[in-house]
Amino acid sequence: MAFQYIPNIAVKGMAACVPKKIEDNRELSLFETEDDRNKFIQATGILKRHTVKGSDLCASDLCFQAAETLLAEIGWERSEIGYLIFVSQTPDYIFPATACILQNRLGLSQECYAMDISLGCSGWVYGLTTIASLLSSSVNMKKGLLLVGDTTTITKSPKDKSTYPLFGDAGTATAVQYEEGSIGLKIHAATDGSSHKAIMIPDGGFRNFFSSDSLVEHEIEPGIVRNSLQSILDGPGVFTFGITKAPKSISGVLEYFDIKIDAIDYLVLHQANKMMNEKIRKKLKIEPEKVPYSLPEYGNTSSSSIPLTMVSQLCYPLRFRHNVIVACGFGVGLSWASVILETNKIVCPPVIEI
Amino acid sequence: MEEKFIKAFKEALELEDRTIDLTDTFRDYEEWDSLGHLSLIAILDEEFGVVIEQAEFNKLNTVGELMVEVKKRMA
Repeated sequence: MAFQYIPNIAVKGMAACVPKKIEDNRELSLFETEDDRNKFIQATGILKRHTVKGSDLCASDLCFQAAETLLAEIGWERSEIGYLIFVSQTPDYIFPATACILQNRLGLSQECYAMDISLGCSGWVYGLTTIASLLSSSVNMKKGLLLVGDTTTITKSPKDKSTYPLFGDAGTATAVQYEEGSIGLKIHAATDGSSHKAIMIPDGGFRNFFSSDSLVEHEIEPGIVRNSLQSILDGPGVFTFGITKAPKSISGVLEYFDIKIDAIDYLVLHQANKMMNEKIRKKLKIEPEKVPYSLPEYGNTSSSSIPLTMVSQLCYPLRFRHNVIVACGFGVGLSWASVILETNKIVCPPVIEI
Repeated sequence: MEEKFIKAFKEALELEDRTIDLTDTFRDYEEWDSLGHLSLIAILDEEFGVVIEQAEFNKLNTVGELMVEVKKRMA
């Protein structure tokens, strides 16, 4: 297993932003029967989702607003921010990197290391690892902004009941600082590219260019109709993957760094669906009180689900207490990663809606 | 084993009132859907500690084949 220990790193603040528009699964006409709808809601735990549909908002806009709110409260000088990482699978353009655009929009110094990372569900943990490593090796810049967000609702076919009612949009900002004496991060990260087709958009990249065929709808099975620019999700395959890999990754990192599961205040899981997350929680034998959910209100928000869950569900403990937190992201790639971090009275404004 | 397996299988797919034959093709059941599939994966893991990879699972057709695969993996 690939483990990392990055000492002297502290998360100093977090913020999250979602689009105002809400879609309610209780009102969606996609389900054939009421029984189907109820079963879906019971299994996934997803009542409603925020979506950028009908607006021109991108993931970068949601992250930008989260970052602005965070910076206003945290009191950092923008010139002090030496690192900007944008994690997303829904960037503004094929190129340039959205991080470059955000460097300018946020008024950060040109002396700023900025780049995109293309990951989804595991993205916040990978992004945190990357920015922490950069800050650790920096000679003179001690502050970094990790912007993680996705607008996956526009990548789902409205005629696909296997994907459409699951996903919501959000953008988040995490302020990370190099600080002598901070406990830092303990990380496990892993990849299984053999299953890369389990969650994917087949066309529109450079393997399969966009063509008129990309827009042709295919009926995969009744209730699952999509074109090749819309996202595939192999539910059972990803479920099998999640309930196997996530618990192993979490218990693996805890064991490797000799931390007892009882010493953990919160386990923050990527918000896949309730059935899968509850399986993972039960396997780890962690009390439900320690495992927050943002699924009912926001759905699966891809890369932003871990920070959005922290901001929306743990705002009070994050602001006023010291916490030992384990976060685990798992999904598209397939890619998964767990991090153990400690937070101490960090900046955490309530979720912003735009 | 067979009794325990059938019980778990019925529970996952909500087939409690039905008679299940080992030669039944489970994907042909009216009750077979994606959520039932997920419940089955979850229950096999819970009751038997067995997780069958998706590619392998797709090769299985009958209730009996599934039971044999679960048995094999328990050993």
